[in-house]
Amino acid sequence: MPRSHAKPSLDLAESAAARAPTGVVVDFRLDNGLTVVVIPDRRAPVVTHMVWYRNGSADDPQGKSGIAHFLEHLMFKGTKAHPQGEFSKRIAEIGGQENAFTGNDYTAYFQRVAKEHLAELMEFEADRMTGLTLTDEVVTPERDVVLEERRMHCDADPGAQLNEAMQATLFTHHPYGTPIIGWAHEIEGLGREDALAYYARFYTPENAILIVAGDVDPAETRILAERYYGPLRPRGDAPKRNRPKEPAPVARRLVVVNDEKVEQPSWQRCYLAPSYRTAAPGESDALEVLAHLIGGGQTALLYRKLVLDEKKALAAGAYYMGSALDDTRFFLYAVPATGVELPDLDAEVDRALAGLLVDGVDAAELERAKTRLVAEAIYAQDSQFALARWYGASLATGQTIRDVQEWPQRIEAVRAEDVIAAARQWLDRRRAVTGYLLPTEQPTAA
Amino acid sequence: MNINVSNPVASSSVNLRDLVSPRGVRFWLVEDYAVPLVALEFAFRGGASQDPAGKAGALTMLAGLLDEGAGDLDDQAFQQALDEKAIELSFHAERDHVSGRMKTLSRHLDRAGELVRLAVNAPRFDAAPTTRVREQLLAQIRHEANEPGAVAGRAWRARVFPGHPYSLPTNGTAESLAAVARADLPKLAKRLVTRAALAIAVVGAIDEKRAAKLIDDVFADLPKKDGRLAPQPAPFVGLGGIEVVDLDVPQTTIRFGRPAPGRDDDDHMACVVLAHVLGGGTGLTSRLFREVREKRGLAYSASAAVAAFEQTSFLHGGTTTKNERAYESLEVIRNEIVDLARGGVTEDELEKGKRYLVGSYPLRFDTSTKIAGQLVNIQLEGHGPGWLTERNARISAVTMEDAKRAGERMFGDGSLSVVMVGRPAKG
Repeated sequence: MPRSHAKPSLDLAESAAARAPTGVVVDFRLDNGLTVVVIPDRRAPVVTHMVWYRNGSADDPQGKSGIAHFLEHLMFKGTKAHPQGEFSKRIAEIGGQENAFTGNDYTAYFQRVAKEHLAELMEFEADRMTGLTLTDEVVTPERDVVLEERRMHCDADPGAQLNEAMQATLFTHHPYGTPIIGWAHEIEGLGREDALAYYARFYTPENAILIVAGDVDPAETRILAERYYGPLRPRGDAPKRNRPKEPAPVARRLVVVNDEKVEQPSWQRCYLAPSYRTAAPGESDALEVLAHLIGGGQTALLYRKLVLDEKKALAAGAYYMGSALDDTRFFLYAVPATGVELPDLDAEVDRALAGLLVDGVDAAELERAKTRLVAEAIYAQDSQFALARWYGASLATGQTIRDVQEWPQRIEAVRAEDVIAAARQWLDRRRAVTGYLLPTEQPTAA
Repeated sequence: MNINVSNPVASSSVNLRDLVSPRGVRFWLVEDYAVPLVALEFAFRGGASQDPAGKAGALTMLAGLLDEGAGDLDDQAFQQALDEKAIELSFHAERDHVSGRMKTLSRHLDRAGELVRLAVNAPRFDAAPTTRVREQLLAQIRHEANEPGAVAGRAWRARVFPGHPYSLPTNGTAESLAAVARADLPKLAKRLVTRAALAIAVVGAIDEKRAAKLIDDVFADLPKKDGRLAPQPAPFVGLGGIEVVDLDVPQTTIRFGRPAPGRDDDDHMACVVLAHVLGGGTGLTSRLFREVREKRGLAYSASAAVAAFEQTSFLHGGTTTKNERAYESLEVIRNEIVDLARGGVTEDELEKGKRYLVGSYPLRFDTSTKIAGQLVNIQLEGHGPGWLTERNARISAVTMEDAKRAGERMFGDGSLSVVMVGRPAKG
């Protein structure tokens, strides 16, 4: 089938593996508190070097939304030792790749290069953990760049606007309701002082995770990490992330975006659900299997019922965003067939979910879902970058190496009744926001 | 994965083999046992540019239906069979080929081979999935109807390749999809899904014998006759103008381009390096990044590259900037292109650009799936296995003189074909 276009585009933490492609994953801490993870993958002479900071958009101070992401941009503006552009030029010169990304719970920087350049990368990356210099001359145009980024990804796209409105509605109190990139009016007010204050607070060795994946020896990597990151002065404990807790939701909510640019309506729902960190033991794994069973492709419940049987939808699926520090999101989406109204589709989804609670989970289906999820862990081993990213995202959201490695066994252990219990408890419309994306309303003819 | 791509600093032993199966099907193989999986990638030359007249999107429909029922299995049974063994299989129609991609755990290789064989040799094109896939494509078209990047792409292609299949969306249009009859699909498959048009790569935990059997099982029974129609040349027209497409959004999306020497031209590699200097790489070092983003804060991204198709090759690029400053962004881009046309690149730019392109090549080969994809692309471009080392050698060999000559050809007088989507305001 053609690729679905309706999946909410989020920062997905890939399901992944219990082992590295070659050898075992090694982790340790430096004296200054820096966490280090080494993932050996000696298939090709390349290395992926990442530094993750345990702070994301949900840690933005009140009224300063977007500062985590803005600082991510400013981290490319140079240090005393390496003025603006030097790091990027050097990476380009050696044929490397680099980038950075900001999530709700973390900010990360990475490079991919031939392995012999690892030490040099460490020198640059350690230097910018504490040595950033910023002037208004570089901060001001970069703020314009971020505003353009926001215009491009949000303001010109009604689907993105719906997503922002749904998150802002789902989280009435917790900062996950604020967009990662920030609200435009607050981005406009961010300046050099804000950036430096934020940087001083969060960019410390205790708050960082170094991930090195690739053709490296763990013992040698430790020596390099100690040489380059070791001298960074510890600043006491890592910042505590005490965010306001989302109260138990009681109201089912509907948000609607009408826009003349919309020619294909779509439907989404987002439930407040526990994350890998906040869930009771086994609950997240059950939610993972549940998401796959109801929305993991063409053989899943929603596709079968809505697309194949009832012909009310052209696409339908689900996704559980388990890697999060605090209570998180479980998504459903559907694209209506021509002529089907969204309230009708909405009711059809609820009928399918209610049917699941009555009928229970078919044993063969459960097996298929688990097979697929566990296979993803093996497929993930094939991608050094995906594996590195998965460990980083997990550690930055409060999980351990062991949690990551035991994931396939935990998925295997999920029983049909766990899945049903998870559906009954968490897929409750009072915990959810439903979103409609629609064309501009036509005035009714008189 | 032991691919030697002649990185001057990082290389290891060559493990790519160019083989022929017992029944005469050529394939490339990379054996690697680090992860217990097998990736198979293949392509049938042809693709959306073979869509029958008035039926744009036919090949996309065909590709979308190959995994929607085959042999004795209807659509749902086929998808379940894939799911039971966690086998990933998909097909896509590109401009000049239809690609197939399969990934399986090595322990399920036999079943995976059977299912790919069915999909390729015995697709059913049943009525229900045909209707559904058509509707899904129509939904996709509606979804992108006013998406600025998609609007700009469509307008730009229509402007520079009028009348040629390259001007049409690979997904087709509402009208052209309606014109595709179900009966067209098996006929198209018979004509275009053939042994004559194949390129294949297998990567992963599989030895030569097993791979050869897989290849014979899947491909050896396909028709031998190449049913492709002779391709039409695609001259690039519309240089020098600006077309504005009105869309009520706060930003203007700009697409620009001009013709470039093609893949078979001696200056092609020099053009690739020049385009990289203008707007390539990870974006953080190119001229456009520096001038448009870093110095002026005009846009989040600005990039350029050379695209090479069977029947055309061109320099293209774009940016997205707020309406009030759209013409300013376009001016900055034009100035850089004119500057490159007149002054050429500096020695430092050429050297660094070459080093980047050479050094980053191995990063395209970092997963089994990506390796298989790269190996098929190399074959589609008409190269042999030697290209893995030759590609970088050719880039390294580009001299200042080459760059000057190629730059004169590609940048010419600096005129561009430009499409702007949004409400660009003259300041």
